Amino acid sequence: MRTVYILWLRQIKRYFRSKSRIIGSLGQPLLFLVALGFGFGPIYAKAGGGDYIQFLTPGIIAMSTLFTSTFMGIELIWDKEFGFLKETLVAPVSRLKIMMGRTLGGATVAVLQGLIVLLISLPIGFSPNWVALPLAILFLIMIAVIFTAFGTAIATKMEDMHGFQLIVNFLLMPLFFLSGAIFPINGAPAAIKAIVLINPLTYGVRGLRAALTGTVDISSLGNLGIMVGIALLFVAIGSYLFSKVEI
Amino acid sequence: MNNEKIIQVKSLTKKYRDFKAVDDISFEVRKGQIFGFLGPNGAGKSTTIKMLTTLLHPNGGEIMIDGKNPVSQPDAVRKAFGIVFQDPSLDDELTAWENMEFHGVLYSIPKPLRRQRIEHMLKIVELWERKDELVKRFSGGMKRRLEIARGLLHHPKVLFLDEPTLGLDPQTRNNIWNHIIDLNKEEDITVFFTTHYMEEAEKVADYICIIDLGKIIAKGSPGELKSKAKARSLEDAFIKLTGKNIREEEAKPIDKLRMRRRVFGGRR
Repeated sequence: MRTVYILWLRQIKRYFRSKSRIIGSLGQPLLFLVALGFGFGPIYAKAGGGDYIQFLTPGIIAMSTLFTSTFMGIELIWDKEFGFLKETLVAPVSRLKIMMGRTLGGATVAVLQGLIVLLISLPIGFSPNWVALPLAILFLIMIAVIFTAFGTAIATKMEDMHGFQLIVNFLLMPLFFLSGAIFPINGAPAAIKAIVLINPLTYGVRGLRAALTGTVDISSLGNLGIMVGIALLFVAIGSYLFSKVEI
Repeated sequence: MNNEKIIQVKSLTKKYRDFKAVDDISFEVRKGQIFGFLGPNGAGKSTTIKMLTTLLHPNGGEIMIDGKNPVSQPDAVRKAFGIVFQDPSLDDELTAWENMEFHGVLYSIPKPLRRQRIEHMLKIVELWERKDELVKRFSGGMKRRLEIARGLLHHPKVLFLDEPTLGLDPQTRNNIWNHIIDLNKEEDITVFFTTHYMEEAEKVADYICIIDLGKIIAKGSPGELKSKAKARSLEDAFIKLTGKNIREEEAKPIDKLRMRRRVFGGRR
């Protein structure tokens, strides 16, 4: 337990010490909120959708958590050669504990990042339902754990950072755009809908949106169940691949 | 020096597809020895060290470190050695103290003992005054000293040093070797090191193995190697034994990462 804790603590310390990183990574969500929110807001309202900021913000919070957690996982590539990973791999501790510590640490950072986006969305006009905030955080945790494990799994198979751009453009961007984060998927063509439905992020965005702005009902529990299931699966895959890492 | 064998390697082999990176090598290291493991680039040094330190599984042969097998008893072996890697493995965003503390927790050293040893080790490598500074503000030599202190925190029997003085100026190299030699004498720690600086190896090593193309081509004390090759210095002997050809090593992804690290000064 102490091993997992110290690995977790290390990531938290690193996060709070790199202020420029925190501020830098808030640029993109802020831009999306302002540009999309104010840009599409009037059209969305005219189409009868209501307040677009209310719809968009949970999606942007999910996006920010998605990107942060995947990057936290992919950091493993650096760590394999420079940094703590080697130091931890020659220590008398199990690979599973190392994976747990890394995943929990990365996920915590990603959740914090999501919560900061929630805070900066308030002056922009977002008004969440504070009562269900714990449920919203639960969904954020699930998104964070899934995609930290996902990033770690990818990193075990990558030798350098060259494939990085590939991952951002062909995995993260599609995951984000096709999750219902920025537009309602009801009217979308069947093919798009199918992709959206197999995207794990979709259920996270749905749950988050219901908790923050809508009504929490039985479908929220369904979404949470799906997220927990996917998280277990991804952590298992990530752990397996990580246990095979040779450097 | 006693005759106890702390490292025993028999017919060790590591293959990558058809390529034999390490080809049936055998050697022994005695307790308390300073053992130099030399060879040109791509000779199989790093691969061997990775197998000795449980990071890679061999395809054949047997290793015993302090009587334990890295394949079947990895955690027992891990407790028995400390290592300083070729590439820095400190966390730059943590302080010197935190890096040590982290190591102590991973090796489950109880808290009071851990605190006491961290202080002791940091004083030995003359970094106690700067224990609360972030490692990223340290010079190359200070980082190396900290890594050596960290590698010894759990009182290992063997210390592996993979090119410990790479990229350091002569003063710092000298200083680091003095620390290592003192520790070797006072704490009876066996030192297993690699280096490309032959005059360094000649000066500090009790015993040397030269590996080339995955095979051990010579072993003995520096004096024995020189007389065997009829050379005046270890460097001459090394070149006579391994030939003058420059080894063309294919650039690996790690080299690109190292390059990037140099250009951008590390991550972010």
